[in-house]
Amino acid sequence: MNEFTHVVTQVLVAVFQVAAVAVGGALLLGLMRKVRSRLEGRVGAPIHQPLLDLRKLFAKQRTRPQDSSWVFGAGPVVLVATVVAVTAVSPLVTAHPPLGQSSDFFAVVFVLLLGSVLLALSALDTGTAFGGMGSSRSMTIGALCEPALLVAILAMAIAARTSNLPALVRIGLNHPALIASPARILALASFLVVILAESGRLPVDNPSTHLELTMIHEAMVLEYSGADLGLITLGESMRLVFLLGLFVNLFVPWGVANRPGALFFSVGLLALIAKVAAVGTTIAVFEVFTAKMRLFRLPELLAGGFVLALLGAVTAVVAR
Amino acid sequence: MNGATYSSFLEIAAGLVILCAFVTLWRRSLRAIVRTLAVQGMALGVVALVLGVRRHDVVLIVVGCLVVVAKGFAIPTLVRRVLANEPRSRETSPLVNVPSSLVGAGALTFLAYGATRPVVALVSTSAGRLIPLGLATMLIGFFSMVVRRKAVSQIVGLLLVDNGIALVAFLATAGVPLLVELGASLDVLLVIVVLRVLAVQLWSKFAVLDLDQLQELHD
Repeated sequence: MNEFTHVVTQVLVAVFQVAAVAVGGALLLGLMRKVRSRLEGRVGAPIHQPLLDLRKLFAKQRTRPQDSSWVFGAGPVVLVATVVAVTAVSPLVTAHPPLGQSSDFFAVVFVLLLGSVLLALSALDTGTAFGGMGSSRSMTIGALCEPALLVAILAMAIAARTSNLPALVRIGLNHPALIASPARILALASFLVVILAESGRLPVDNPSTHLELTMIHEAMVLEYSGADLGLITLGESMRLVFLLGLFVNLFVPWGVANRPGALFFSVGLLALIAKVAAVGTTIAVFEVFTAKMRLFRLPELLAGGFVLALLGAVTAVVAR
Repeated sequence: MNGATYSSFLEIAAGLVILCAFVTLWRRSLRAIVRTLAVQGMALGVVALVLGVRRHDVVLIVVGCLVVVAKGFAIPTLVRRVLANEPRSRETSPLVNVPSSLVGAGALTFLAYGATRPVVALVSTSAGRLIPLGLATMLIGFFSMVVRRKAVSQIVGLLLVDNGIALVAFLATAGVPLLVELGASLDVLLVIVVLRVLAVQLWSKFAVLDLDQLQELHD
């Protein structure tokens, strides 16, 4: 019986985390747009507007290009599925997520990458010029991000002697001195650069543009409509919240539920909401004052991120 | 100041020095690079101050204050004056593109760690562990002098080299004697004045600040 309750709680925790990230993703997008429009002197749409948009998209009929194959339909589904899978096992609300033993930082990154790759493939699948352009750019950025991200994880893993995500968060809780160590700060700075690049935020990609020459992510999803588009929007916003949630929990782990119990759990949820909202607002404010970078200057930014991560790793090895 | 705070302060300040060295390679705008150098100078001063407070060494504290004033304010102001004279060269024109030079600088950092291993083993204090950062800053300075050909970039490279040497000196010894430190700083100041004169001469002669123009001898 005890075993059974344990399993039920774990499943509930996983479902709860996924639901929180799904709703939170849409709300975060709304919040960021709101902050942006307020700073630009507009009133802006209400914060829950992305949720309404999602409802509208899911109610609409979907159209698929005539010559597209199953890859086109699989793209959005796999994108959402990968994010849901990693969200369920990651330390977002609680530091003891279900299946915590197998939630490895490297594995999480590669599962997320699967979603991006399939999205790029499905953009190629329709054979339109824009889709191919978007895929090629997105893969270029991905290829530049990946080394930086892997070395950043390596730096954190060397300092903590594990790449297990819940363990990394718990180490931050138990040894606050480790968070302020230069290795971890450098690694997290590099992680932030990668998050901005991977989720197509401003100096890398402008999420609100439909100008052919500059768009990256929007070019890939041009052919999607209805429920497919809804799934992609959902998956992308969930991925942003997931990555930001991971970032804040690695950087300022306080508030994460370290013990079982509804009280710790709700504190964990509130702390997560507050931290992610704070980071989201900061990013939105930063975006108001930044212009999109030239595509050919992007390698400089990402090489900077890579070097930060490299310095972090070197420091971690030496400080050990 | 207890041991843990001391070493984390020291690590962060020394880390800031090397980080600024990377930022000078990363940024294109010369103004931003000069600002970064000012931050680096201040971080260097903080290293000396932290060491001085830790070792109850008044002379080292005085040196730290002087370093903050000289490298954080005086030298950057001088370099900025040179920049103000030449409206056309706001950006560096590196011979090696930015991503490659960043990766090169990363490799130089590895080299510095490898090369200083015997020294680090010899010193074996928490300050001694940071010596490679000083050497790496120095190497990045040389690198930046090689790949960037504008007069101002040469000054920037020289300052990086000097900051690296100073960092190694602070970390490896129990503080350089005041006179030596002052002598070195004045030397750098003099070099900058000379380079400034050179820059002004270059500007009036060729209307560019590219050192590659200096290929023939004139009267």
